Parts: sequence; C-alpha cells; structure tokens
Amino acid sequence: MTLLLIVRRSLRQHALSTTITALSIALAGGLLMSVWVVKEQSQRTFTQVNTGFDAVLGARGSKLQLVLNAIFHLEASPGNVAASDYEYIKRHPAVKLAIPIAVGDNLRGYRIVGTIPEFFTDVEYTPGRHFALSAGKLFDPSAKEAVVGSFAARKLGLAVGDTFHPFHGLIYDARNQHAETFLVTGILAPSNTPADKVVWIPIHGLQTMSGHDPRAATDVSAVLVQLRSPSAGFMLDIMYNKQGNRLTFAYPIGAIMAELFQRIGWFDKVLALVAYLVAIVSAAGVLVAIYNSMASRRRDIAILRALGAGRLFLFGAIVLEATAIGAIGMALSFAAYAGIVSAVAVIIQDQTGVLIETFAYSPVMLWAPAGMIALCAVCGLLPAWKAYRTDVAENLAPIS
Amino acid sequence: MSTGPNLLRLSGLKKSFPSPDGGRKPIIDVPDFSLAAGEHVALRGESGSGKTTFLNLISGILAPDSGSILIGDADMAALGEHSRDRLRGSSIGYIFQTFNLLQGYTCLENVLLGMTFGGHADRAQAQALLGRVGLSHRLDHTPRQLSSGQQQRVALARALAKRPKLVLADEPTGNLDHGNAREALKLVRETCLETGAALLLVSHDPEVLGSFQNVRDFAELNLVLKEGAS
Repeated sequence: MTLLLIVRRSLRQHALSTTITALSIALAGGLLMSVWVVKEQSQRTFTQVNTGFDAVLGARGSKLQLVLNAIFHLEASPGNVAASDYEYIKRHPAVKLAIPIAVGDNLRGYRIVGTIPEFFTDVEYTPGRHFALSAGKLFDPSAKEAVVGSFAARKLGLAVGDTFHPFHGLIYDARNQHAETFLVTGILAPSNTPADKVVWIPIHGLQTMSGHDPRAATDVSAVLVQLRSPSAGFMLDIMYNKQGNRLTFAYPIGAIMAELFQRIGWFDKVLALVAYLVAIVSAAGVLVAIYNSMASRRRDIAILRALGAGRLFLFGAIVLEATAIGAIGMALSFAAYAGIVSAVAVIIQDQTGVLIETFAYSPVMLWAPAGMIALCAVCGLLPAWKAYRTDVAENLAPIS
Repeated sequence: MSTGPNLLRLSGLKKSFPSPDGGRKPIIDVPDFSLAAGEHVALRGESGSGKTTFLNLISGILAPDSGSILIGDADMAALGEHSRDRLRGSSIGYIFQTFNLLQGYTCLENVLLGMTFGGHADRAQAQALLGRVGLSHRLDHTPRQLSSGQQQRVALARALAKRPKLVLADEPTGNLDHGNAREALKLVRETCLETGAALLLVSHDPEVLGSFQNVRDFAELNLVLKEGAS
C-alpha cells in the first residue's frame, strides 16, 4: 500500500517525463506487436488464400509468378496457354473444374480479367462461400459487360449501369485506351480476396479486344484448376512439369506461397530486429528518465530513510516505478498497435485485395507486454541501485 | 516532570569524516551521555559544532566509528543498516530544522508515512494529531500550500504520530518567526509529555534553551570541541 502510494506520487511528481517515456514505450510496443502480427497474419492469410482452386496451369516459367498473376492478380503473366491445352485439362478425368482467365488490360490501374461465369457460380472461394453480388447481375458472356470487385468499384467509383473503356496493358497509361465500351452489370460483394480488386469481364471480350493479337484470340493467360483428389495434383505435376516442357503446373498453391515467405524471410527478420531495437531503446528511456531525476529525488529518498524506510524498500519502489511506466506504456501500446495495424491492413488490401485479420488474438499480445514490462523493470535496477546507495545524512542538509 | 530509567545511553561514541588532506577529521567524541525515559534535555551548541551529526548517530542515520548507543536494550551502533532503519522507524521521532516534508504528498500522507515505517499507520490517529496541531482543515494540502509555521506543525505531527520513545529535535524553531517558534516548541513539549516520550532538542537559541530545566552544553559533552577550545 505504502509502496504503491510512493510510486503513484513519484509518477505524478515526474508527470512530464513519465508521460513521454510511457508514450515512447507505447509506440515501441505497438510497433513490435504490429510487426509480429502483420508478419504472422500475412503468412497465414496468403498461404491460405487460393480463391477456391488447387492449382494453376500456365505458360512455362516460375510457379510463383504464375500463382501471383492468376490468384493474386499481381505480377505479369508468364505467357499464354493455347485453347487446346485449356480444353485438354478441362476434360482431364483428374480435374473437377477448370476456369480460364485472360489478363492484359486495366481500368485506371485496376486489372481487367477475362473469365467465364462459372468462376462466380461454381467456385467456393472459401469453404461454403460463393462469390455474391451486392448489386446487379452477372455479365452476359457474349456481351461487353463487366462485374466489378467491391474494392475496385469503390476506388474507381463504378456502379451498376456505368460504362468504361479498358486501357491496354497491366499498367495504366491514358494513351492506351481501347475503343470498346463495357457496361457494368454487377458489383461483387466483398470477399476479402484478391477478386475484390479486379474488374471482371467475359473472357471472349478480353481475347478479342481491339489491338490484341488476333492470332492469340483463343489463348488464355492461365487456367485455374480444382482437382478431384490431392494425388491428382502430383500426377499432373509430373505430367506438365517433369515430362512436358511447354507448360507449368503450379501445385499446391499454399506451398508455393509459403516458399515466397521463406524467400523474403530475411526481410521479416530485419523488421523484427528493428522493432526489438526500438523496444530496447525505449525501455532504456525509462532508465534515463528515472536516472536523470535522481538528483531531485535524493532529498525525498533521504527523508523516507530518516522516517525509517529501508534501503531495500526504496530500491523496490524505484524498480516498481520503472515497471509501472512500462505497464502504462504497454497498456497504451494496444492503441498504437490498433492504429499501425489498421493502416498496414489498408495498404495490404489496397495492394492485394486481401484483408488481414488485424485484431485476431496472437501470443505476441501477451509476451510483448510481459517482455517490455520486465525489460523496464530491469532498466529500473540502475537508478534503484543509486537510490539504495543514497547517503541520508548528506541529503538531509542543512546541518547544525 | 517524571523520568524513568535510562532510555538512551551512549558510551565512547566517536565519529570522524575524511578530510581533504587524506586523513580523518574527528567530529564527535562523547565518552558518556544518557537520557531517561520521559526526560526533556536541551543541548546548547553553535552552528557547525556537530550537533546534527550527534543526532544522526543517535538515530542510526550515521554509523559511529566506535562506541555504543543503547536505546532501551538495542545497541544502535552494533546494528546493520537495515536494523537501524527499523529501530529508527519504530522508536525515534525526528524533527528537522528544515521540516523535511515530502513535497509531493499531502499533510495527512506525510504523517501517515511517518507512522507506516513505525509499523502501524492509523489514519484516524494521524487526523487527530493534525487536528491537535491545528491543521484539521489542511489535511489534503501539500506542504507548498502551507506557511512555515504550519509546515513545522506537520513535521511535528509526523514525528510524534507513531508515539516514539525518543524524540530528536534539531533546531526545530530555526526557520520560524518568534510567534511560530514559541508555538512549535510548546507543542513539541506538550505532546512529548502526553506520550511520555523522551526529548533531546538541540538549539543555539537562548529563548528556546531558557524554556528547558535541563540544558547541557554540547561543547562540554563533545571532547572534540572541548580539546579544540583548550
């Protein structure tokens, strides 16, 4: 009780330094938790997102590029797949469903992807959930119509009944406008998948767009594949990747994405290291703040000693004060965490369409506060030692 | 004034401090001094004569080079620092010339802290004592919000609230005007009488010293001063 009173009064007496130090701990703690959660959630989400497909068939090249292009709508297409190859895999007994996509155009930076209506009607993008429309209806595969992903519609300001001209290429250039006009017939309900940031049109419309090579009018960019069984995936993997040399069969999608995170693992480590360093520096701020105030505390310490307070008691009071600053900072750090992670989530969604779960429980929310508070307590040891060594008689001046 | 058996008995008490020439400068050399339970003694001494050091030795704030300081049955000089803190907290009330109140705490908290380290903080008793010194309306004020006289009354309440066996007062009226000094001194002596505490007060103020029947000359007591004078 007395210890708490002394700590509370001391925090109040040094309110400015307490506030600044606690805020720096809050930012450091928030940053540490954010880095951890964003890393964890990104890995979990990106290795789980497959929009309902088991594999991707594409032109010969990198599996990762194929997955990024066909599933996440990032990266350029590695090349085209002939219509006959699409027909072959579609009819393969091991394949349950094959959906072709074609890419190559954009609408003010948002990708236009050509596909067939079955992409929306026959595919569960996550178990039990089909793509749904929040407004309008699906496009007519033979018409110049479009269904716009929720995120893209919001960013582009498109609504049912609007029309637009596509732009050639994956990067927006106002000079590359196509002559065709497409009518928006539907807006997808948010699915928190990469499909949300795509403008979907009939595949035939994209293949036959003015300016596209008429010789490739029946080619597709990739084929999204649902398999009847996992063993079928390994069989097709051997067939396309080992025995064939024209096409690439990317399977399984989760493992390929995990490989991406392994490749950029060093970046995670650097980020984590920076966050740890910031945490250590801010905890050291507790040491500096209390240590620097020791001159003004000496008299109070001497008075308390004169009243009968033991040296260990005052040592404990300083350590507890450092711990309390750490605890206040870490309580505030959850607000900093919420702010940082929400901002990062918006950026990730803007870039990929994928919404990471920002407020999902993570063990870091326990060990980071516990670790930071413990670190602050350790940082309180030096000023506490100084308090322990305070000469009572010298600091009770004047003497007579 | 009724007095009992010895509460405080010093013998062969010596204390020196390092001097700039690398040696040690003796400050205190008191062969013998005693104070009976309930006795009130004033020590006369000039500024810088070592009176505060003497009180700091008795209270265990400083450890002597040699000698014994018996408070009841406990030898303060033979105790470790932790035990000295505990004995001081439980048995000694110390009133300082500069009050030494904790500025970040209220009057009531200052008094309660004085009691806490004595082993028992009683809020009602602290309030009653502050009322006794005329500060019942200032319980939640901090020392900065009080006059010097009021601050010294808080310091007095703090020293006496734990009902110590021994009260040490180091120039308790040194920073007060005439009226407040007289009032403070009256309160100290009355409260010590009420609680039966022994009082050892050091001062160089003739008026203060004149109010005591038992006045000892510190220069006579401390051989360092005696030898320096001869």
